[in-house]
Amino acid sequence: MPELMLDGRALRVAEGTSVAAALALSGDGCTRTSVSGQRRAPLCGMGVCQECRVTIDGRRRLACQTLCRDGIHVETQA
Amino acid sequence: MNEYADLLIIGAGPAGMAAALAAASSGARIVLLDDNPLPGGQIWRDGPQAKLPNPAREMRERLEACSNIRRHSGTRVIACAGPKRLLVEDADRGWVIGYDKLILCTGARELLLPFPGWTLPGVTGAGGLQALIKGGLPVQDERLVIAGSGPLLLASAATAKHNGAQVLRIAEQACAAAVGGFAAQLPRWPNKLMQSVTLFDRHYRTGTYVLAALGSERLEGVRLQQQGKIIELECDRLACGFGLIPNTQLGQALGCELDGQAIAVDAWQTTRRADHYAAGECTGFGGSELALVEGAIAGHAAVGDLDSARALWPRRARWQGFANALNKAFTLDPQLKSLAQPDTLVCRCEDVPYAALARHTDWREAKLASRCGMGACQGRVCGGALQHLFGWQPAAPRPPFSPARIETLLCLDDTPPA
Repeated sequence: MPELMLDGRALRVAEGTSVAAALALSGDGCTRTSVSGQRRAPLCGMGVCQECRVTIDGRRRLACQTLCRDGIHVETQA
Repeated sequence: MNEYADLLIIGAGPAGMAAALAAASSGARIVLLDDNPLPGGQIWRDGPQAKLPNPAREMRERLEACSNIRRHSGTRVIACAGPKRLLVEDADRGWVIGYDKLILCTGARELLLPFPGWTLPGVTGAGGLQALIKGGLPVQDERLVIAGSGPLLLASAATAKHNGAQVLRIAEQACAAAVGGFAAQLPRWPNKLMQSVTLFDRHYRTGTYVLAALGSERLEGVRLQQQGKIIELECDRLACGFGLIPNTQLGQALGCELDGQAIAVDAWQTTRRADHYAAGECTGFGGSELALVEGAIAGHAAVGDLDSARALWPRRARWQGFANALNKAFTLDPQLKSLAQPDTLVCRCEDVPYAALARHTDWREAKLASRCGMGACQGRVCGGALQHLFGWQPAAPRPPFSPARIETLLCLDDTPPA
């Protein structure tokens, strides 16, 4: 069971859980704020829409196509 | 670091897996690339809340056992890097893959049409919700409405219910006569008949579509046009998808011609560009059975085994018949083109409203004036929607095809070191 940090909070999830799912398990599931200030969450679930982009260990990644691994740090965009 | 493949396959869903396995016995050096963490595509998506069907598991094991197939997961194509060379990127690095033959198995994405409230957190695609649940998204005791069109609505509902969600309504826009006519043909494909029986749900309504997602910070309910009446339902999630559209962008960038909205192929699954093949949903929506047989034909043809490829033509024709019946039954109601209001955002990356687009005459003009389609998704969502709403054909994409790191783009620099 990997343990990761989501916006500074520790979370343990089942093996194979996506980062998108982990965001919903630990909070409201939102990933970013749009250019006009709307909160957004994953939409397409399959790597197309880019709504779920987050920062993982300093790199821009898609939460829906990234699996949780032990020790990763995920930051959403406030 | 650069890499060479006799056969490069883009996409490891059913078509790509079948193509790799069909080509493997030739001994060709095969590279199978996919942007997801695991092979299987959208239909065979593995995860903590998913059980992979046996045929998918077997194909995955056979792929692992082939020493001449190298798999790169979590990897995207970023740009063309010269003749028969593609720049790709994974989580850690960028590199160039050169190839002799290429098979495009880039699949399809959902057609997501704009309607008031569709940007609220809690609204997803229909297949999108299914994918997120399989990846571990919790839906236990949540109230769901699933809307749009096609058999994917029932499949998504089944996954949600299996994981403890309460599905209040499945809203299919097609009319009862169209869906009934399709169901009456299902005995021609017995496994599809069985699937439809197991997936049936008493909350399914034909002639029903979403008018608006309701809520301020997050989804709180939906307004539906249900068989002539307007109704509202309180719910926690709305999953809405209007069928599937082929992913043709990479094919277009490589100079493959389109036939309608799909990559044009001949009987050998060859595109109009020599040595470039395409198979599965990127050549037109048809389901996993059609994708598997098209992939196998492309794989055999790409390594010159034309007899094995030809032997599969009857099976392809049978599943093409199913695809044709499906596409006819779930034709979209023209009413769906008027769901968006003037202030409804169409481009979610650049937050461009419908009113800023409706006055333009084509995609390029609208882009230049509004930044529509110029954000992170590169028009993959709004481009599909605007093609449906206004008939605007998106142009071939320009690199980078997806957001990429500077270090990756630097791999395109072929200046010899000083």
